[in-house]
Amino acid sequence: MKYKAIIKLYISFLKIGGFTFGGGMAMLPNLKHEVVDVNEWVSEEELLDIFAIGQCTPGVIAINTATFVGYRVAGFWGSIAASIGEVTLPFIIITVLAGVLGEIAGEEVFTAAMAGVRVAVCALIACSVYTLAKKSIIDIPTFLIFLVAFISVAILGISAVPCIVLGALAGYAIKKIGGRR
Amino acid sequence: MILINLFVEFFKTGLFAFGGGLATVPFLMEMPAKYGWFTSAELADIIAVSESTPGPIGINMATYAGFKAYGVIGGLVATTALMLPSIIVILLIAKYLHNFSEKKAVRDAFYGLRPVVCALIAAAAYRLFVDYVLFKSSGINYLALLIFLGFLILMRIKATKNIHPIVWIVISAIVGICFKL
Repeated sequence: MKYKAIIKLYISFLKIGGFTFGGGMAMLPNLKHEVVDVNEWVSEEELLDIFAIGQCTPGVIAINTATFVGYRVAGFWGSIAASIGEVTLPFIIITVLAGVLGEIAGEEVFTAAMAGVRVAVCALIACSVYTLAKKSIIDIPTFLIFLVAFISVAILGISAVPCIVLGALAGYAIKKIGGRR
Repeated sequence: MILINLFVEFFKTGLFAFGGGLATVPFLMEMPAKYGWFTSAELADIIAVSESTPGPIGINMATYAGFKAYGVIGGLVATTALMLPSIIVILLIAKYLHNFSEKKAVRDAFYGLRPVVCALIAAAAYRLFVDYVLFKSSGINYLALLIFLGFLILMRIKATKNIHPIVWIVISAIVGICFKL
């Protein structure tokens, strides 16, 4: 019984991981289809809760969600099956592609194409930053946190880990002091 | 030794990258200077390929970056290391912490964490911009700058803002070839 559920989990998440472009939010419709509609493992509300947890825990959101759903359905091995299912096809595709791209890396046409791609990647990330900024910089303290973190990393070359830890502590402290007033 | 370093670096990334996908970029950006597994130019290619192939972007980047460092086994180690913190943290939460995302301390920490994540990604975008758009060996790269602005405008205006990143990446490759960037 449980053995069957574990295989089903693997296959479902194989489909979710292999046919979602863009990750994160783009994954939600496919995830809902497999997990809520087809297999009825969790309700839609539960899935949204799980997704919310996936977003506020460290790591890749898709893996966080897969682990949680897998655990709900079939315990520890369910979580492992779902997570490995999620990455199986992407892993194969990237590995093959990396091999092929490595072969043509020296070609002049490829170099020019990639120079163009880098410009677009930069613009894409800039757009993501804009969207993120609208959601995360909501008052003066958050703006100051943003500014200090940006200067620390972009100009002073401080690494990301201390910024993440200090940011979380600062958020907690500010809310605590603000709440007392 | 490479494999151990790969494991440690990607485990760290999985443990401290909040917000999925692009949140892993600041961590990947610290790797070229530290280890030379890939150059920062190749990192832009890794981001582009990862956004254009199915699956979670964070996983795709780990697989590709790991492959660059140590072939298929490198990809396997980096991907596993990135997933492990997710699986451990989620299993702990699923087992012991109910209503995790509604806890006040978690929400307070995220008040400070979100602007930091935004700043880290902004810093990554800034670095990519300076290195691959703004300058070339002979001075300011006006052509790339112009193309960048064109992309930025197209990605923000209503008519074209919902076009999928893959389409922009393909267009940018063609633009790169046509203008011999």
